[in-house]
Amino acid sequence: MHQVQVTPDEVKKIAKLANLKLQDNEVDLFADQFTQTIEVIDHLNEIDTKKVKATYQVNGLSNVTRADEVDPTRVLPQETALREAKKIHNGFFVVDRLVDSDAEELI
Amino acid sequence: MKQLHELTIKEVLDGYQNHDFTCVDLVKHFLNRIEKFNPKLNIYLALNDRALKEAETVDKEIAEKGIARKLLGIPFAIKDNFLTIGMETTASSNILKGYKPQYESSVTQKLLDAGAIFLGKTNMDSFAHGSSTETSDFGPTLNPWNPDKLPGGSSGGSAAAISAQLATVALGSETAGSIRQPSAWCGVTGLKPSYGRASRYGLIAMASSTDQPGPIARSIEDCALVVEVIFGKDSFDATTSPAPNEKYTDYLYSPDLRGIRIGLVKEYLLPDMREDVKNLILNAAGKLRLLGATVDEISLMDPKYAISTYTVIARSEISSNLARFDGIRFGNVRDTFCQETKRRILLGTYTLSAGYYDAYYKKAQAVRTKMIEQFAEIFKTYDAVIGAVSPGPALSVGATQNQPMFGEMEDILVEQSAMSGLTGVGLPCGFVDSLPIGLQITSNQLKESMAIKIADCYQRHTQFQLFPDLVKII
Repeated sequence: MHQVQVTPDEVKKIAKLANLKLQDNEVDLFADQFTQTIEVIDHLNEIDTKKVKATYQVNGLSNVTRADEVDPTRVLPQETALREAKKIHNGFFVVDRLVDSDAEELI
Repeated sequence: MKQLHELTIKEVLDGYQNHDFTCVDLVKHFLNRIEKFNPKLNIYLALNDRALKEAETVDKEIAEKGIARKLLGIPFAIKDNFLTIGMETTASSNILKGYKPQYESSVTQKLLDAGAIFLGKTNMDSFAHGSSTETSDFGPTLNPWNPDKLPGGSSGGSAAAISAQLATVALGSETAGSIRQPSAWCGVTGLKPSYGRASRYGLIAMASSTDQPGPIARSIEDCALVVEVIFGKDSFDATTSPAPNEKYTDYLYSPDLRGIRIGLVKEYLLPDMREDVKNLILNAAGKLRLLGATVDEISLMDPKYAISTYTVIARSEISSNLARFDGIRFGNVRDTFCQETKRRILLGTYTLSAGYYDAYYKKAQAVRTKMIEQFAEIFKTYDAVIGAVSPGPALSVGATQNQPMFGEMEDILVEQSAMSGLTGVGLPCGFVDSLPIGLQITSNQLKESMAIKIADCYQRHTQFQLFPDLVKII
């Protein structure tokens, strides 16, 4: 099994996907640490799972639904919902412009 | 005579009943202790400024109606990842500094409905990402047994609150070890319910497929009293189990453990584990035999695979769950995440990204299936399995430095059971270097009653529920 090397460029790419800004020193630090972590994770290849299904839910429940009715106890009043936001306008959350913004194109 | 901070839930309720003291007396007593010891130990991040008022209301209720609610006037310490109306909730992260929840978590609501009084919110690893409290943005909590040591984590503040006797009982949460490991390091008793027993609604998510709320207390008896209140299907959390609750207190006071079959996990006596730690676990196995249980050595998958599996699953789910912290609807900007949070989000983003999903995430979930199958096979013959909670006693402050997988490594012995959604109890079974060591008693899904019965019988026949004398230590 070859050793997976996580490069600083890959860390920068992941950071963009995760919408996180990193300090320069963190890029190199994380590249080294992720290389070590992947080495630990790669132990999983020692286990044969060809005939094994993945488990995503451990207590056997599936398709849990509720009636399609408005339940007022599940709904926050508008002013409560907006209360913790830093920027609001006319009863809406204010978000940064995403389209035609100065931000670089997403990968 | 016992002091007020030394009482169990039942003793507090008896005291109210007999008019030995009032709820105001008890709450004042704890607030005084907190004022005295919290500055050094950093257990509580915030206190409930209405606690005394609520205590007055409880005293009125007792005078008028008696004790009709299960946890009436019981002072709780609440881990800071449960949303609590009127008390700042930060998950020990700067990104939520100043956040005032808009709704109450289902579990804390149930505690309030049962009459509990919240003293305050306890420190934890930031977003529960760790096993030390050192990743908290508000400084580590110190271990009440020895302030040079860590309390474990992520529910380190809640476990230390019980060990330091700064609350009658505490609420914690576990993804893989976060109730049992700090309970072990602080020498108290924690119960991680099987997955889906208690609602995750309003519990700030870490890894949604294993997160579970649970109590940390002076004894398993107190844990049993709390889970009777907090368990149950919740329409706000689709993963809560529809299985009926049991009356867990019916499983207390078993005179012996005859007929119960227990597996001692060979692989959990790690090759590099200290002999004195191993011996405490073997002593515990001997004690369980003396109480009438059959204890056989059994074998599980090498726990090193648990670290690999858990790291992938937890970090993947973290990257997904923490995407909601966008600084738009609540909280601060993403730059305020601490380095451990960023590390976990980034690795999880990597393992979920195109080209790596099958190799890492799907693979880990398949290994998880193998773990579950293995436990299912064991529980055909055995009622519970035991081992150490943690490879050793509490480590020193600073131990997490340059350890990018500290949490995953420390929780090596409890990750398999957590990922399989099993019931787990961590309770003290002795001391090395004047620090407590924890025994894990793990039972099948929805079999809390079994773990409670074994733990309770063990606790009534041993004397390891000890508490440090803070005046001497601090």
